[in-house]
Amino acid sequence: MNFSKKSPWILHYDGSSCNGCDIEVLACLTPLYDVERFGVINTGNPKHADILLITGSINEQNKSVVKQLYEQMANPKVVVAVGICAATGGIFSECYNVLGGVDRIIPVDVYVPGCAARPEAIIDGVVKALGILEERQKFARKKA
Amino acid sequence: MGKETVIPFGPQHPVLPEPIHLDLVLEDETVVEAIPSIGYIHRGLEKLVEKKDFQQYTYVAERICGICSFMHGMGYCMSVESIMGVQIPERAEFLRTIWAELSRLHSHMLWLGLLADALGFESLFMHSWRLREQILDIFEETTSGRVIFSVCDIGGVRKDIDSETLKKINSILDGFEQEVSEITKVFLNDSSVILRTQGLGVLSQQAAFDLGAVGPMARASGIDIDMRKSGYAAYGRLKMEPILETAGDCYARTSVRIKEVFQSLDLIRQCIALIPEGEIKVKVMGNPKGEYFTRLEQPRGEVLYYVKANGTKFLDRVRVRTPTFANIPALLETLKGCQLADVPVLILTIDPCISCTER
Repeated sequence: MNFSKKSPWILHYDGSSCNGCDIEVLACLTPLYDVERFGVINTGNPKHADILLITGSINEQNKSVVKQLYEQMANPKVVVAVGICAATGGIFSECYNVLGGVDRIIPVDVYVPGCAARPEAIIDGVVKALGILEERQKFARKKA
Repeated sequence: MGKETVIPFGPQHPVLPEPIHLDLVLEDETVVEAIPSIGYIHRGLEKLVEKKDFQQYTYVAERICGICSFMHGMGYCMSVESIMGVQIPERAEFLRTIWAELSRLHSHMLWLGLLADALGFESLFMHSWRLREQILDIFEETTSGRVIFSVCDIGGVRKDIDSETLKKINSILDGFEQEVSEITKVFLNDSSVILRTQGLGVLSQQAAFDLGAVGPMARASGIDIDMRKSGYAAYGRLKMEPILETAGDCYARTSVRIKEVFQSLDLIRQCIALIPEGEIKVKVMGNPKGEYFTRLEQPRGEVLYYVKANGTKFLDRVRVRTPTFANIPALLETLKGCQLADVPVLILTIDPCISCTER
């Protein structure tokens, strides 16, 4: 079995989602799926986080919040867009206050599809993000 | 008297699954005023009726909120059905009631978990969410969705539950009830939970009435208001009494929600015993014309649906007044005079659903 070199800490932010994906993100952390046993912790502090999980799309009010959270996170960092709203705006893409997916504001590395995204899919997305995170760490070490 | 300090709370905060921003004006450690600013999740769903026709809008209505998703779809469908004069089959009414009560169960379990998390009681949080998964399994088996089901449709429901599955639901709920009564004992009797909740954020009956509180928030202050008593869907044929408390503090609100968990279990059992055989959907022809108000009881309180149709495929107006929106004035009232450290518990105590509120 391969061990990841790092226990990734997650920062979850609800862009403008309907809550469906948010409760599924929380469901990942609770006993049925329980990703905490792999060292994944949901933190509230952007400075502690390695992976930014964003649910929901970007609107006029939250775009500065999302950008600020991303900038506050320490390098290396990975962004996972959870759910179809975070990817493209989904069913809400035609709404007047929805600008579109999260990638309009910050670079997104992994897109998790679904409405609402299933916990299995979210965990899969985080595992993919882990690979990217490791590569970025190697790159950062080489540079240093 | 100390100097006034303003502390921004949110939009991104560990205790909040959803973004809401409050400016807390403090004198030393005491909150003297809370000024909310919302709009972080505003999408503009009500205006979307111009782009999606009235059949498609069912899906949008379901996505107003992911927690009480089914009841939003149901409220919208009930409004359109009333405008069009469609009488849905009795079996569909019962199926809707079953799913609605299961939604209430999962929402209350979710809230109990979040409350425990806000109190710092991690294991209780995990237990509540573990039990909630049993309800989600029922959803997945009957509707094939965990949070958003898309089973409610104008004219009835899309999926039937056969009698085998209904029996199975009954036995799952029996086990669930046993386990739930164990953890709710902790919520009601554990000394640390009592110390954190009793006497905190008292909302008097008069204040709750004046500020227009709804749902468990109002019932914990002794206001007898439960839309299920109006008898929509199959509720008219079930026996139920609103659950009331008089203290109006956080403990009373917790107690109301816990008793509602058992009430929901009872209602689902009544439904399973009474459900008639028959069709689950009637065919809906033509376009709606007219207007209608629907009031129904969500886990968080009364939701109000207003639909205005003009005889074309596209509706003129859909207006939703959600329970959290009605409870925010009451929340601001209870925040006054509390300690800064109690703010997270007080915010959670109204069971905020910001996604509903801002749409």
